[in-house]
Amino acid sequence: MNRRLLIWLPFAVFVGLAGLVLYGLYRPDNTVVRSALVGKPLPEFRLAPIAPGKPGLAAADMKGGVRLLNVFGSWCIPCIAEAPQLMALKNRGVEIDAIAIRDTGPAVQRFLTENGDPYARVGDDPRSQVQLSLGSSGVPETFVIDAEGRIAHQHVGPINANEVDDILKAIEDAK
Amino acid sequence: MKRTALALLVVAAPALGQSNQAAAPMANVQLPDPARERDAKALMETLRCIVCQGQSIADSDAEMAGDMRSLVRERIGKGEAPDDVRRWLIERYGDYVSYDPPLSGATALLWIAPLALLVIGALIAARSFRRRRR
Repeated sequence: MNRRLLIWLPFAVFVGLAGLVLYGLYRPDNTVVRSALVGKPLPEFRLAPIAPGKPGLAAADMKGGVRLLNVFGSWCIPCIAEAPQLMALKNRGVEIDAIAIRDTGPAVQRFLTENGDPYARVGDDPRSQVQLSLGSSGVPETFVIDAEGRIAHQHVGPINANEVDDILKAIEDAK
Repeated sequence: MKRTALALLVVAAPALGQSNQAAAPMANVQLPDPARERDAKALMETLRCIVCQGQSIADSDAEMAGDMRSLVRERIGKGEAPDDVRRWLIERYGDYVSYDPPLSGATALLWIAPLALLVIGALIAARSFRRRRR
């Protein structure tokens, strides 16, 4: 090859790399960490009750019929935004269980009184250990659990009003 | 106006995402056995905080990072091997959770590139030295 052109090769490589780095710097960073357990069985867990008058939650409860598992916290603002959509799903006959992360009984009670109560059972996960075992990266998150107790679908972040149909479809697909 | 307020709320949400509950028992407490604490600390420095993605769980003040530190210490305190704890987390969060990427199809380039570049550099150096000697 022409030597005079070859001498520019390192510079061209440098410009290419610098461009790649700049692109990485300015690209908005919103990496959603998905659970690697989608398609696999729900891990074993048994959580004590936290909401007065409501049973706690064990993995074994989630078998028989497609159900939603909602991971939430009374202290979590997006969970309030999600509450009407969960109520809408409940009113369409979807059974929803929940895990309350780092919460207290009175706070959960207040949250359910103010925002509606779509849950059949609520388990108490005071130190996020079951949340970690699910591969969940924050609150709120919603898992679709199929009749065999497998995780069929994971929704990261609040279920927005325009996403209710996606969840209903994921439930249909899991049947 | 309402829409702007809502948008701001969504942007501000991560900052409000703390529960105000006490830290997990082993989040900020060392293990009594110094050797196990050393293992646990070394592992924590190579695990990514899931909510504050640029930091390791050893460096992060996020509640979830504290809960993950507690999980690491409790498991290693019970005698579990650090690699097993890492594997347990990778099973749940994928390779992304580990700052020590395993050798796989997707990461092969990452591992081989430095060696390949070193070999290419050595070849170029050898050639140019030989030329100069002549």
